[in-house]
Amino acid sequence: MLSRTAENLYWMGRYMERADATARLIEMGYRMAMLPGSNEMDEWRSVVAASGSAPELAEAKSLSAGEVVGRLLLNQENLSSIRSCLTSARANGRAVRTALTQDMWEALNDGWRQLGQMDAETALRNLPSLLEWTKNRTAAFRGATEGSLLRNDGYFFLRMGGLIERADMTLRLLDVKYYVLLPETDVVGGGRDYHQWTSVLRATSALRAYHHVYKGDYTPWGIADFLILNAIFPRSVSYCYRAIRRFLDDLADLYGERQACQATAAEMVALLDGLRIERLFQSGLHEFISDAIGTTRRLSDEISKAYYF
Amino acid sequence: MYNEMFADDRSVRAPYDKVAEWINGAGVDLLRLRQDEAEAIFRKIGITFAVYGEGGDPERLIPFDLIPRVFGASEWRRLSRGIKQRSRALNAFLYDVYHRAEILRAGVIPEELVFQNEAFLPDMIGVDPPGKVYSHIVGVDIVRTDGDRFQVLEDNCRTPSGVSYMLENREIMMRMFPQLFQAGFVEHVDSYPVMLKKTLEEVAPIKCDDDPTVVLLTPGSLNSAYYEHSFLADLMGIELVEPQDLFVENGLCWMRTTRGPHRVDVIYRRIDDTYIDPLTFKADSLLGVPGLFNVYRSGGVTLCSAPGAGVADDKAIYVFVPDMIKFYLGEKPILENVPTWRCAAPDDCKYVLDNLKDLVVKRVHGSGGYGMLIGPHATKKEIEAFRAKIKANPGEFIAQPTLDLSTAPILGDSGVEERHVDFRPYCLVGKDIRLTPGGLTRVALKKGSLVVNSSQGGGVKDTWILAD
Repeated sequence: MLSRTAENLYWMGRYMERADATARLIEMGYRMAMLPGSNEMDEWRSVVAASGSAPELAEAKSLSAGEVVGRLLLNQENLSSIRSCLTSARANGRAVRTALTQDMWEALNDGWRQLGQMDAETALRNLPSLLEWTKNRTAAFRGATEGSLLRNDGYFFLRMGGLIERADMTLRLLDVKYYVLLPETDVVGGGRDYHQWTSVLRATSALRAYHHVYKGDYTPWGIADFLILNAIFPRSVSYCYRAIRRFLDDLADLYGERQACQATAAEMVALLDGLRIERLFQSGLHEFISDAIGTTRRLSDEISKAYYF
Repeated sequence: MYNEMFADDRSVRAPYDKVAEWINGAGVDLLRLRQDEAEAIFRKIGITFAVYGEGGDPERLIPFDLIPRVFGASEWRRLSRGIKQRSRALNAFLYDVYHRAEILRAGVIPEELVFQNEAFLPDMIGVDPPGKVYSHIVGVDIVRTDGDRFQVLEDNCRTPSGVSYMLENREIMMRMFPQLFQAGFVEHVDSYPVMLKKTLEEVAPIKCDDDPTVVLLTPGSLNSAYYEHSFLADLMGIELVEPQDLFVENGLCWMRTTRGPHRVDVIYRRIDDTYIDPLTFKADSLLGVPGLFNVYRSGGVTLCSAPGAGVADDKAIYVFVPDMIKFYLGEKPILENVPTWRCAAPDDCKYVLDNLKDLVVKRVHGSGGYGMLIGPHATKKEIEAFRAKIKANPGEFIAQPTLDLSTAPILGDSGVEERHVDFRPYCLVGKDIRLTPGGLTRVALKKGSLVVNSSQGGGVKDTWILAD
């Protein structure tokens, strides 16, 4: 496979996943900002911070829903906005049309112009349906991929891009929200914390899944455990890394060569497997998250180096 | 003017029986609904075409007209023989002018027309392309000016585009009206990609000692024909590469892959000569693959079409194609040329200047319907402006009579209307000469217009060749 094709597939996977994760993030901010007693600005600020795409906005003194939605949904200069992600994913797909199936292309191509003419005010007014639409688009693309693409190197690159992006998004959300999970901040108590905790789950579409696994109580430990170490929740760091390792191993088998990226993924999986959440809280949740974000970035670089893109 | 569907007494000509029956059965309203559906499908699939110099939407749709254009079996037999004959002669001419140039020595074609032609590549002299093939895909633009009269408007020996429309137009028609094709009386066109791949494999270079690796070289996704490039690569199951994916090492051509370098044997290139290799053709160009031409010349890789093939489809050379057929093949040309005046010849030029209002004037090297004058449709001012251009540079122009192109039915605002059409079949030349029974029918959608180019508001139609 051409290196350029692999690169385009990898980034297409990342962009589609980022669009999807950003939609979930905005959804969380929207819901949190509506809660009585919430500081609307703080909520939007953490959304912007978790998206990692507009540092100056996260620092801004005042911040409105319109600004955030404009920036994260529509802004073309922000390469991580939903609009930019969908446009870039399509451009990547168009550059490697032959590596996509017709179904995948149609899912990418369908309605991609829709966000082009929209202003922030209109977007804000129709926010829930726009976010729903975004999630549907990315789901359609994922579905088309699963149902039609050959399971060869192209598939591995595409899926790895998506998984690395997903691990990164979950980690960055935790990075922004870890303080609400720390026991020390549990001074106010009551409904407010409950909402903060559930918001973290909500941003990863994990509210109900959490119930199934932990049967009830929201605890900071439970939530951190779920998002970092749970092996069956598809947005947890552990799940993502196991899947990344599997695809990297498949790739190594196919090409008959193991490289630095395979070693990094295996180490990370081993590390996660050996961790207990209580220990993690004792040794420092924040440090762990920062390290994991760094490892994920390094892994991405190692993949592009190993496969010449 | 020849109406392809209706005879003078408005009775339906035999090849169009089925089409007439279908239109009457479905009714214009339903067809119009289907036409909108077809457009939505084209948009969804992403079959688009960019128009150079017009700005606006870089991914425009070519209008598609639902009503097929039909050739009867016997009409096609004659066309087919004529197209293959022409393709053979053009390739023989190319081999000749880059070797002993017998046709110039014999005085059949003036020497300066070839040697001073911009498209003539001195670097190609003495080079032997595999199978002596220079133009592997010959697109012959044909118009019908009477019931039994087909005339060639021009030849395209470099990288004729549009074949994806031949395939997609049929695909759409079969998807929307499957019952039309059930009886099997229309010849299939879907063998084209298989035959193209075969043709390309047949011209593998001498240094290739295994199954040849064939790739399609595109300038990239901003090119107007990018959709076609990706479509063809996909149907042939070959890599779609851009110049930066290729490099030259140890006298061979390689592509960069995730497993390291992979050797490339045959390049179906959809980029111009000048962008193939900056070391040979255009030192200031950043495009291209440095050193590729030397690899080609030494038999390390095959370029399809060969560099310099354009000298055969130049409009000044076009005039002599019937002579080539006689000279190389000893045959009588099956397809006629359109009478053409070369402004380079003083007598011709005088005639052209005296009759501008009745003539179509084209640039010798131009293509795509850009910068031409259609006398009968031009204003006085436009004619005078063109007169000045011709006088300043007569060698740049040729002129032809305004042709009475045949018309085919389209779905217009007032129901079934008539519009002028032309036809481009795609002849494949490898070890064998192959021709898919079909081609691209282009239609001038503007009422009365004779310009069918998609860059000038033309549309496309499905083309049916009836089975025997």
